[in-house]
Amino acid sequence: MMTSRRELLLSLGTTAAGAMVLGFGFTGRGRAASAGVGAAAQSATTLGEYLMIEPDGTVTLMARNPDMGQGAKTLLPMLIAEELDADWHRVKIEYAPADAKRFVSQYAGGSMSVPDNWDPMRRVGAAGRAVLVQAAANRWRVDAGSLSTQRGYVMHAASGRKIGYGEVAADAARLAPPDPMSLLLKDPKQFVILGKSQRGVDTAAILDGRPLFGIDTVVPGMKYAVFVKSPVPGARLKSADLHAARAMPGVEDVFSVDGVAPGAGGQIGLKPGIASGIAIIGRNWWQVNRARTALQAEWDDGSGAEHDSGVYDSLALKMLESAGETHTRKGDVDEALAKSATRVEAVYQTPWLPHLTLEPQNCTARPTAKGVEIWAPTQFPNDGRDIVAATLGIDVNDVTVHMCRCGGGFGRRIMNDFMVEAAVIAMRGKAPIKLLWPREDDVAHDYYRPGNYHRLRAGLSGKGEVLAYYAHGVSFSRDGKLVDGGELDADAAPGLLAPTFRLEQSLIPTIIPTGWLRAPADNSLSFVHESFWDELAVAARRDPVQFRLEHMRASFAHPLAEPTEEGEPPYDVRRMVAVLELVAQRSGWGQHAVGRQPPQKGVGMGVATFFSHRGYVAEVAKVRVDDHGVWNVEKVWVVADVGPIILNPTTAEAQVEGAVIEGVGQLMAEIRFDKGRAVQTNLADFRLMRMPAAPEVDVHFHLTANPPTGLGEPALPPVIPAVANAVFAACGARIRSLPLTAEKIMAARTDLART
Amino acid sequence: MIQLSVNGKRVAIDADADMPLLWVLRDEIGLKGTKFGCGVAQCGACTVHLDGKPVRSCVTLVGSVGSRRVTTVEALTSTPQGRAVRAAWEKLDVAQCGYCQAGQMMAAAGLLAANARPSDADIDAAMQGNFCRCSTYKRIRAAIKTAAGIDPADHRGAA
Repeated sequence: MMTSRRELLLSLGTTAAGAMVLGFGFTGRGRAASAGVGAAAQSATTLGEYLMIEPDGTVTLMARNPDMGQGAKTLLPMLIAEELDADWHRVKIEYAPADAKRFVSQYAGGSMSVPDNWDPMRRVGAAGRAVLVQAAANRWRVDAGSLSTQRGYVMHAASGRKIGYGEVAADAARLAPPDPMSLLLKDPKQFVILGKSQRGVDTAAILDGRPLFGIDTVVPGMKYAVFVKSPVPGARLKSADLHAARAMPGVEDVFSVDGVAPGAGGQIGLKPGIASGIAIIGRNWWQVNRARTALQAEWDDGSGAEHDSGVYDSLALKMLESAGETHTRKGDVDEALAKSATRVEAVYQTPWLPHLTLEPQNCTARPTAKGVEIWAPTQFPNDGRDIVAATLGIDVNDVTVHMCRCGGGFGRRIMNDFMVEAAVIAMRGKAPIKLLWPREDDVAHDYYRPGNYHRLRAGLSGKGEVLAYYAHGVSFSRDGKLVDGGELDADAAPGLLAPTFRLEQSLIPTIIPTGWLRAPADNSLSFVHESFWDELAVAARRDPVQFRLEHMRASFAHPLAEPTEEGEPPYDVRRMVAVLELVAQRSGWGQHAVGRQPPQKGVGMGVATFFSHRGYVAEVAKVRVDDHGVWNVEKVWVVADVGPIILNPTTAEAQVEGAVIEGVGQLMAEIRFDKGRAVQTNLADFRLMRMPAAPEVDVHFHLTANPPTGLGEPALPPVIPAVANAVFAACGARIRSLPLTAEKIMAARTDLART
Repeated sequence: MIQLSVNGKRVAIDADADMPLLWVLRDEIGLKGTKFGCGVAQCGACTVHLDGKPVRSCVTLVGSVGSRRVTTVEALTSTPQGRAVRAAWEKLDVAQCGYCQAGQMMAAAGLLAANARPSDADIDAAMQGNFCRCSTYKRIRAAIKTAAGIDPADHRGAA
């Protein structure tokens, strides 16, 4: 993605200590982060400081985005350092402060760190290099064009002179900054930092157990806090024995907080406001958490009565018996269905899922003279800052937010509820506090991935071509609007490729909070549409890979979709064909085409593709199913096209390995609700992806001449249907509802035996 | 006062005997490397060694520790297995978010101290109590083999 001239403004200056500071401002364009994250970058035109060079040559680079394991804190400075020609091993990296005016777009989400930063961060580095070179040229009275740079030095080949960046930094800071758009960036062939595996900047601290995460924050005089809320979202406190809790060992303060209904403000996730609850404060977290048992809290929680997983299931299945509201229409599906030689119909279902970041939600807050200072493991620091200010009724400039490394994010930390709670408790308690949720609170108060339900219908010609594709999806609504993370439209291939398509939508009102889970919507819709696509291949008596390729190639003549208003690139089917062909080759696909025996009894291979978060990914899973329906994924082959270069290969491969294994885990997971409260309470209640179930993963990047894009999400959606399709190949059981359990496989086999 | 030996140092703690060792380490002694994940011995993030053997510190009451030596991730490299584990974790760039890795490394060092050449099945058995939400299992497995000086390739899917 190119950066427009308007976006970059440059400033130079020196610190009191004589260091050169290069500031860049980005004028926002209100660009939307993809996949439900919404508009992230908002207008701002002032300066942010990205690099600082001290007289001794020390280079400090700012990482503006949070790191939750996806490697942004390492990658963003790599982009600057490459064009600066800094010595990577001598670079210091710091988190930028959360400041939307100076750093504009600061978030982790939507696999957007690469697309958002690839061009502008390199221009930061190139501008820094340009003024350093000019300063050296002035000193040596030579032409800047005769100088080169390498690893923190400016060199003059003709005279053999060289000078360290630190020695010319102060001079450079007095020069007029160049127009960043006029700077020539390197040809990627010249890269010495990008394209090479660079270990994470926090790795040593992680391995040595040094304090690093939000939960490790300590500020002077800090106390520990828990915030006890109703298990039914939004329920108000009726009564509680605050005295009994106050009498518990180690407890110093107990008070109730009136709920504040959501108000206006906040851009991405939550609106300002706070749940009704009770704060318990003391000097040791275990003691304050134990004191909650003395509260005997009662809640006005009748509002949860109707919100039951079983109720949702039966309501949805009833809705699927009639038509929904038309969401997308292409051609006349009904007519095409009527004309089809073969019609296939199925109902699919996916469950609600929790995030379960391993670091439970936490936040440290300290009251200041006019406001509050906050240390938070958050994916959206500026959104949190906004809603804290609005909830407390103070100026946003009086809220300081320090980003902390996140012990996992997966979309959970887009929602800054924990930040608001910590700020309110610190202000009420008039003391610095660390709020830490026990795991039970984390499970009970998530912004869950909502489940959904689908009736699918397709019509095939006598030659096995898909003529019609109909999907009626049931999702959830809140205040009359589709819930966050509950989107039913995605770039799923069948609807894009079929000549006629209609998507209908029905919504069930819910009070249960929802949000975005890694590869939101796609992580559910991939299973639905790519499993059904596999059913169509079977109905057409075609090999699943060949069936997909034939339909994709048939669409080459016409574009599948227009770019969206936010400038999201549309589905380029040629890119998907390439990765699908490659993954078939790499996995040895074709040795068990339809009609042939699988390689071994009970072993099957399944395939799926998905276009998610700008990445094109095709995957093949090899799955073993035993006589009791117990399944095990042995290996997954991945081919991904995310552009022309893999910027940090070790992290890129790790993101794919993790996404694939997590995706296999999503096949096993489910959270259910009973009268508005989560049934599961802690990790023991979930089937978690653990070491023995983690498959081998083969990762291959197919490099193409397209803008580089992110990898946090795209590799996750395809593995879910690939495994389900492999189960079918292994034993004939077509599983249309997740979680994928041995019981469902055995039931499907029994049905198979009957027919 | 409760007397403990933590990473080779004697410390005296004024805490309830029923306080889990995890919270003594984190909030009383200030060693933040040992992590809280679930509080019910289901995730392994809080794994430390007692006399060289991995235990879940979130369910180990401090009063039950007695004279046993407590070793946390901060002293991982005080044993040859711990040094090999840390080096392999760094070489293979195992960590993603990194939150579970203290527990993973403590469990791995405990495994290697008891079994110098673990098979894939041995690794599964020793490590299945350590949950990694980022799913870094592929690299954890390879890093354990690397630390043990055996071929890190994964051949489980080759059939």
